[in-house]
Amino acid sequence: MNNIPNKQAICEVLMEKAKKDKDIVVLCSDSRGSASLTPFANEFPGQFFEIGIAEQNLVGISAGLASCGKKAFAASPACFLTTRSYEQAKIDCAYSDTNVTLIGISGGVSYGALGMSHHSISDIAAMSALPNMRVYLPSDRFQTKKLIEALLEDEKPAYVRVGRNAVEDIYQEDNISFKMDQAAVLAQGKDILLVACGEMVKPAFEAVAELKKKGIHAALLDMYCVKPLDKETLIQAARPVKAVLTIEEHSPFGGLGSMVSQVIGSNCPRKVVNMTLPDAPVITGTSQEVFDYYELNTQGIVKKAVDLLS
Amino acid sequence: MIPFLKGEKMNDIRELERLSFELRKKVIEMIEEGKTGHTGGDMSVMDILVTLYFQEMNITPKNAKSANRDRFILSKGHCVEAYYTVLAQKGFFPMDEVIRKYSKFGSQYIGHPNNKLPGIEMNSGSLGHGLSVSVGMALAGKMDQKDYRVYTVMGDGELAEGSVWEAAMAAGHYKLDNLCAVVDRNRLQISGNTETVMSQDDQADRWSAFGWHVISVKGNDIASLTDAFASAREYKTKPTILIANTVKGYGSPVMEGKAEWHHKVPTQEEYTQIQKDLEQRKETWA
Repeated sequence: MNNIPNKQAICEVLMEKAKKDKDIVVLCSDSRGSASLTPFANEFPGQFFEIGIAEQNLVGISAGLASCGKKAFAASPACFLTTRSYEQAKIDCAYSDTNVTLIGISGGVSYGALGMSHHSISDIAAMSALPNMRVYLPSDRFQTKKLIEALLEDEKPAYVRVGRNAVEDIYQEDNISFKMDQAAVLAQGKDILLVACGEMVKPAFEAVAELKKKGIHAALLDMYCVKPLDKETLIQAARPVKAVLTIEEHSPFGGLGSMVSQVIGSNCPRKVVNMTLPDAPVITGTSQEVFDYYELNTQGIVKKAVDLLS
Repeated sequence: MIPFLKGEKMNDIRELERLSFELRKKVIEMIEEGKTGHTGGDMSVMDILVTLYFQEMNITPKNAKSANRDRFILSKGHCVEAYYTVLAQKGFFPMDEVIRKYSKFGSQYIGHPNNKLPGIEMNSGSLGHGLSVSVGMALAGKMDQKDYRVYTVMGDGELAEGSVWEAAMAAGHYKLDNLCAVVDRNRLQISGNTETVMSQDDQADRWSAFGWHVISVKGNDIASLTDAFASAREYKTKPTILIANTVKGYGSPVMEGKAEWHHKVPTQEEYTQIQKDLEQRKETWA
């Protein structure tokens, strides 16, 4: 049972790299604790900037630092980072092309019962719509680590959404196959293709095994790179199957499902069904209770896949 | 065109005053060619830009990539026409090209600053961004123990943006004495007088309360601006704000103090009169 949330994995990579790379800077909006970045702040006080509860300023300052050669990581709750400072993400990061990585912590419905103010279920749509902004939702801690390492190698803006809680491992530390901007093929199958990102990869992975017991061969892509979407792998995986099922912790509009539908529709038309959260404030509960209610869980995915093929 | 070497500083104040009127004439020409532009603010901000680029800042096309160059952000990005003429005069791109291509289909000279052009650090255009970005640049300078300075120019109407005050708070908190911001206090915005739209006549107190060193200066007077920037440079432990008291549309009675000139394109008759007024001011200003 893994107890290291993806956000903590980010902190660990940054701490490891910051020992040698003095251009790495981390900025928080009174969110260092929530972002699991307190150890970074303590060990690298000269490379950490507290901005206070001011997300617009957080992103603008990050862009200014980046324009002077710094590799800026701005961490703040995804709900605020992708809405309150949306224009700074648009102009100061994406349009100005600065080396800023926006880390949206406690994304999706991680904050559970705190309600819609604290949920970020339109962040994929919002950030993906910005030209020159990349969007990543890593599934587990090992993939998160690889992603951050890869992002440190380039100088382009990016948005990374991670959840609040630890998620079960998908990969293993010593044999994770990671290629930047390429979906990970977690299962191959000829009946149905499952495409998931972020915290939905684990239930989808378990659903593949359940479906197999029913004689259904499901393929599964971990599409952590929502933008740029890995079209090639997607089209290749979709060719043999009868239907495509997308699963995401996001609203029905402009997320992974919308993007997959666009690619499938124009390249290898198949029936595509999107499993998402509703276009409404979600029911009150922990994130798992919310997932279960909307059937964004293993049983729900299995049921939907069986229905689709029947 | 004023004959002096591109990229070099000019220390003759009279020559700089002449240059500021000459560049205003170029701005009017550009706006006439492009049939668009923020005329009034271009005229008010010109002396600030000329002082920064020809007196104060260490920035030339030659050192534009140097890590130790001074940084500038035009936060009131809509006054890009004035900025373009100053950058062209500095040698970043040809003056006749920017005048001819400004705002035309497919042009790289768009209606707000864009960092794909040489000499422009960051894109602006939405108000209330420049100060935060400048704070980041100033923090980077402190981190790297570099002695470059960071400058930004905001409009007075822009001060209603909450993000300006987030940045002001951070600059005060981090004691960024390598940062100097300027407010082009021309007292007019699109809808009229700033004091009617959203009052700010006590802005000196506001900046001071946020931890800034405040200087009030004649903003259409290059000698005064030069002294103010020098004074800001000497001031330690606090960022400096220059409240530059300017006249919107400065240079011709056709435009001066008239809110409707915020983004008015002159008629042919007005164009002729404005160019005549600017030429006269260039030759007689003292």
